[in-house]
Amino acid sequence: MEKPESMTLKKVEIPLHAQEDIVAARQAVRRLAVEAGLSIIDQTKIVTAASELARNTVVHGRGGTAILETVDEGHRRGVRLTFEDNGPGIPDIELALRDGYTTGAGLGLGLGGAKRLSSEFYIRSEPGEGTRVTIATWKGQR
Amino acid sequence: MERIPILKMGSFLLVTIQVDMHDQLALALQDDLTGRIVRDRAQGVLIDISALDIVDSFIGRMLSNIAGMSRVLDAETVVVGMRPSVAITLVELGLSLPGIRTALDIDRGIELLREARGGEAGINDFEEG
Repeated sequence: MEKPESMTLKKVEIPLHAQEDIVAARQAVRRLAVEAGLSIIDQTKIVTAASELARNTVVHGRGGTAILETVDEGHRRGVRLTFEDNGPGIPDIELALRDGYTTGAGLGLGLGGAKRLSSEFYIRSEPGEGTRVTIATWKGQR
Repeated sequence: MERIPILKMGSFLLVTIQVDMHDQLALALQDDLTGRIVRDRAQGVLIDISALDIVDSFIGRMLSNIAGMSRVLDAETVVVGMRPSVAITLVELGLSLPGIRTALDIDRGIELLREARGGEAGINDFEEG
């Protein structure tokens, strides 16, 4: 089967350095999710996932960037979010995805929760080089 | 600094969260509420989250902390007005909000608080002026 062509309809970059930036990221994701036509439940899930990942970037990644896109792949349309930082990286991703595992003061639900709340989840992290997490949610399919 | 207002209603405290809270604001609310429970000798706390379009793990933890602290200070906490989409998302996120009582709206929340207090005090003080 031919690989579907992915076309970015809109792209927004949000710098993530302070707590207020997490709020800004949530609000920007909400706007894109509405534009992409996601249901209210899917909007809520992706905004919540974005909040968790943005906080990870600020708190654990020592700041970074959120790249927020509405994407059209021909047969489907949705929202794709990428959170990247140049922080310390995650030595053991399997462990970091496990509920309750935390190195900070949080509940340890961020990464695993964000994965459960989105239809696609990719993570790449190298110790000392940073972390990049990409999630996507498509309209009408999960 | 920006603060979430806390209103006194008889022997209960009412908090209506109407802004998208950043983490520091959520922590400040937690501190303010515990202070007010003691100062106002409050027996119950109602937190209206009907304006919140998401509850993430940070806000969820704040709600659990408030419920836990108020219990230690002999007050009950009821969270009211959670949107269905927020409830569904919270469960998938993995947050079950242990120890938190919830009600659909403020009226039912007040009823719950009064029941918890054996109907002794509460909103009557407010209604009777």
